[in-house]
Amino acid sequence: MLYREAGQFKATYAEDSQIFPIRQDKIGFWLLMLVFGAAVPLLANEYWLKAILIPVLIFSLAAIGLNILTGYAGQLSLGSAAFMAVGAFAAYNFILRIEGMPFLVALVLAGLTAALVGILFGLPSLRIKGFYLAVATLAAQFFIVWALVKFPWFSNNSSSGVVTAQDVTILGYTFATPEAKYVLTFLIVAFMALLAKNMVRSSTGRAWMAVRDMDVAAQVIGFRLMRTKLLAFAVSSFYCGVAGALYAYTYIGTVEPEGFNLDLSFKILFMIIIGGVGSIMGSFLGAAFIVLLPIFLDNLVPAIFGDSLGAGFVSNFQLIVFGGLIIFFLIVEPHGLARLWQIAKEKLRLWPFPH
Amino acid sequence: MARQIGDVIVDLQNISLRFGGVKALTDISFNVKEHEIRSIIGPNGAGKSSMLNVINGVYHPQEGQIFFKGALRPKMEPHEAAEQGIARTFQNIALFKGMTVLDNIMTGRNLKMKCNFLQHALYWGAAQKEEIAHRIKVEEVIEFLEIQDIRKTPVGRLPYGLQKRVELARALAAEPHILLLDEPMAGMNVEEKQDMCRFVLDVNDHYGTTIVLIEHDMGVVMDISDRVVVLDYGKKIGDGVPEDVKNNPEVIKAYLGTSH
Amino acid sequence: MQFFIEVLIGGLLSGVMYALVALGFVLIYKASGVFNFAQGAMVFFAALTFVGFKEMLAKHLGMDADSSMVFWLSFLLAFISMIVLGIATERIVLRPLVNQPHITLFMATIGLTYVIEGLAQMAWGANVRGLDLGIVDEPIAWLMDNYEIGVSKFDLFAAGVAASLVGLLALLFQYTKVGRALRAVADDHQAALSIGIPLQTIWRVVWAVAGFVALVAGMIWGARNGVQFALTFTALKALPVLILGGFTSVPGAIVGGLIIGASEKLAEVYVGPFVGGGIEGWFPYMLALAFLLVRPEGLFGEKHIDRV
Ligand SMILES: Nc1ncnc2c1ncn2[C@@H]1O[C@H](COP(=O)(O)OP(=O)(O)O)[C@@H](O)[C@H]1O
Ligand SMILES: [Mg+2]
Repeated sequence: MLYREAGQFKATYAEDSQIFPIRQDKIGFWLLMLVFGAAVPLLANEYWLKAILIPVLIFSLAAIGLNILTGYAGQLSLGSAAFMAVGAFAAYNFILRIEGMPFLVALVLAGLTAALVGILFGLPSLRIKGFYLAVATLAAQFFIVWALVKFPWFSNNSSSGVVTAQDVTILGYTFATPEAKYVLTFLIVAFMALLAKNMVRSSTGRAWMAVRDMDVAAQVIGFRLMRTKLLAFAVSSFYCGVAGALYAYTYIGTVEPEGFNLDLSFKILFMIIIGGVGSIMGSFLGAAFIVLLPIFLDNLVPAIFGDSLGAGFVSNFQLIVFGGLIIFFLIVEPHGLARLWQIAKEKLRLWPFPH
Repeated sequence: MARQIGDVIVDLQNISLRFGGVKALTDISFNVKEHEIRSIIGPNGAGKSSMLNVINGVYHPQEGQIFFKGALRPKMEPHEAAEQGIARTFQNIALFKGMTVLDNIMTGRNLKMKCNFLQHALYWGAAQKEEIAHRIKVEEVIEFLEIQDIRKTPVGRLPYGLQKRVELARALAAEPHILLLDEPMAGMNVEEKQDMCRFVLDVNDHYGTTIVLIEHDMGVVMDISDRVVVLDYGKKIGDGVPEDVKNNPEVIKAYLGTSH
Repeated sequence: MQFFIEVLIGGLLSGVMYALVALGFVLIYKASGVFNFAQGAMVFFAALTFVGFKEMLAKHLGMDADSSMVFWLSFLLAFISMIVLGIATERIVLRPLVNQPHITLFMATIGLTYVIEGLAQMAWGANVRGLDLGIVDEPIAWLMDNYEIGVSKFDLFAAGVAASLVGLLALLFQYTKVGRALRAVADDHQAALSIGIPLQTIWRVVWAVAGFVALVAGMIWGARNGVQFALTFTALKALPVLILGGFTSVPGAIVGGLIIGASEKLAEVYVGPFVGGGIEGWFPYMLALAFLLVRPEGLFGEKHIDRV
C-alpha cells in the first residue's frame, strides 16, 4: 500500500486542482527533478549528456509545442521543424547583430519571432480544418526552410545557410561543458513545461480543448475561434522556436536550415503520438522514446542479425519500426505512453487488493 | 405561477433560411418574452433546430430581422450571442468529449473569466483565485443538477441521459438570460424525463431564465410551456398558448395527428 | 511568347503527372474517407519494385533487361505487389481504425509512409536507378519546325497515358458492380452495404486500383527523373493539387494538377530568378493555401455549413 489516494481528503478546491493532488505523485515528481537536475549532471558521462539527455529535453520542448497545437487545440501541424528553424536562426541573428544581447533575452525573442511566424501560418486555420490545414502547414515547412537557405542575410552570408552558434554566456558565465549545457537546458525546459501545464489546466487550455473537440459548441459558449486558434499557434510556435534555439545552442552547435526538414517535423509528430496526444508528460515520454529507439536499434540489430547487413539495412529497419509503432499506437493506445503510465498507476493504487 | 412574464426579449420577423435548394425556414415571425417558457414543436425536419441556430447566430438567415431587447441585431456571431447571455444545448449532444464533466462545465464560465494566458501560465495570484472562485460557482450548478459523483469522469464515458444533463450544466454555468434547449429530453426514460422537466422548471422559476424549448413529448410541452409555436416544412402553422395550439386544426393535421 | 507557351505547355504536361498521383488519393478518399498520405510512398514503392523485378528477372532469366517480355512480367509482378500491399494495408491498418476520426487515419497513413519507404528500400536498395520506357525526352519535331515551340515527346506520352488511365477508371466506375458500389460508398456507407458487396472488399479493390495508379505514375515519374527517394516529395505535391480540386472529384484532381503544374513552372521561370530560384519546392503549397483562404471548399466542392 505504498501508492494510495485513500485518506488524502482534499479540503479545498485549491488542493483539488493541484497538478499532483496525490502526495506520492508529488514526492515522486520532486525526486525526479532532483535526479535529473542534480544527480544526472554529476553522474552521467559525456556521451549520455550530449547524445541522449540534452536532445531528449529539447525534443520534449518541441513536442510540448506541437502538443499544444495538435494535442490540445486539435490543429494538426506537419511543420514543427520549420518553427524550430525560425527560433534557431532568430536567436543567432539577435545575438549576432545586437551588441551585448543577453542569451536568455535572445531565447525569448527567438520564441516570439517563431510565434509571429506561427500566427501568420495559423491564419488559414480560421477557414480550413483537418488535413486541409495539415497541407497548409506543409507550406510553412517548405517555405521557411527555403527562405533561410536562399536569403544569405539569415545566416550572415555563410554558404548554404550553415551557422555556428555563438557561446552561451549568462551573467558572465559561459556554458561550455556538456554538464553546464545540460543543466541550463534542463532548467529552461522544466520551467517552460510547468508554464505549459498551467496553461492547459486553466481556462486557456479549456478553450483549446473545446475548439478541438467541437468548434461550433465552443463558439456558442463564447470562445472566439480566431483568438483561441491563433493563440495556440503562437504559443506552440514559441515553444518550438525556443526548442530550435536550444537545439542550435546547447545541442549541436552548428545548424543548417535543411536540418529542420520534414523528417524532423514528422519525428516530433511521432513523439506526441507515441508519448500521448494532449499530455505534457507524454511529450517527455515520447521524446525519450524516439531519441532512444534508434540508439537501441543500432545496437540491437547487429546483435541479432549480425554485422553483415550494413547501415542501410538498419536505417530502413528503423523507418519500418517507426512507422509500425505509429500505426500500433494509433490502433492500440491512441493516448500513448502517458496513458499506459496512468493505467499502471491505477493498478498500483489498487495493489495489493484488486477489486 | 409566481414569476412574472415580461416584455418581448427576442423578436424574429419574417425569417427565411435556405441551404442551397432546401428551404429550412420560410417567412417565420414569432417572439419570445422575458421569463417565459416558449416551446417550438413540429415534425422532424420542420426547421426547429434551425430556428434556434438563427437565434444564437450559428446560422444567418437570408431574409428577415432579429430584434434583441428591442434593438435590431445585425449579423451576430455565436460568441456574441453568448456575450449577450444566450446559452444553449444541442439536439445531438455537443459536449467536449476529451474533457471531464468538471472541465466541460467550467468552459461555461469562460466569458466571466478575465485572466489572460500569461497569468494562466504562471497560475499564481489572480489566475488561481479566479479559477477557484469559478469552481465554486460550477459546484453550485453541479449540486443543483445532482451530478456530484461524476465530476471527474470524462464525458465520453457517461450514458446518454447524463450527458444531456452535463450539457445543461454547461449552459447553466454561464448564468444565461436566455436558454435554448434543443430536445433536452429526447431518448430519455420516464424518470430521466421527469428529472429534466423539474430542472427546467426550477431554472425558470429560481433564476427567471427565459427558456426556448424544442421537445417532441406533447405531454411535457403542453404541461410546462407558456406559449407554443408550431413549425411544419419550415412554415409557421400555429402559435399561442398550449390550449389554443392543441385545438388548432392545422396543427392537429400536420403534427398531432401523426405518430409523433 | 513562344517561350511562354513552351513553359506553359511543359507545366501543363507535368501537371498531368501530378494529377495522376492525385487520382490515387481521390480514389481512396472517396471510398474510405482516408486521406492517404502514403500515396507518394506507394508511387516510390511501385516504381522501385518495378525496376527491381526488371533487374532481377533479367539476371535470372539471362534475358535482355529491355525486352518486352521482361518489361511486362515485371509490370505484372509489381502490380501484384501493389495488390498485396493494398490488401495488407486494409487488413492491418484500416480495419482496426474504422470509425476513428479522419485525422487519426491520416496520421496512421503517415506511419504507413515510413513503413512502405523502409520496405521498398530494404527489398531493393536505395540506389538511384534509371528507367527507360523507350520514349525519348526530346522536342516534337513538327511543332519545333513549324511553330518553334518545344514540347517534349515524353511529356506528351505521359499525358496520353494519364488520360487513358482516367478514361479507364471512369469506365470501371460506370460499368462494373464494384464501381457502382464504390460510388455508393462515397455517398453513403449504409447504401453501399445494400448493394451486397462488403465494405472491406470495396476497400481492397480501391487500394489495389490506387496501387495500379501509383505504379503507372511511378514508372512515368521514374523514367523522367530516375527512380529515387525524391519521388516521394514530388508525389507530395499531389496534396496541393487536391486542395485546389477537392478531395472527392476526379475531374478536380485533373484540373488541379494542370493548374499546379502550369503555375509552378511559370512561377519558377518568371519569378524564380528574382528570389534565387528553387521556389517550385513550396510554390504549390503556398498557392493552395492562398486559394483556400478565398475558397475553402475547393474548386468543385460545395459550401458546407456544419449541422448542429
Ligand atoms: N447545416 C445544414 N446544411 C444543410 N441543410 C440543413 C442544415 N441544417 C438544417 N438543414 C436542413 O434544414 C431542414 C430543417 O432542419 P432542422 O432545423 O434540423 O429541423 P428539425 O430540428 O425541426 O428536425 C432540414 O431539411 C435539414 O436537412
Ligand atoms: Mg432538430
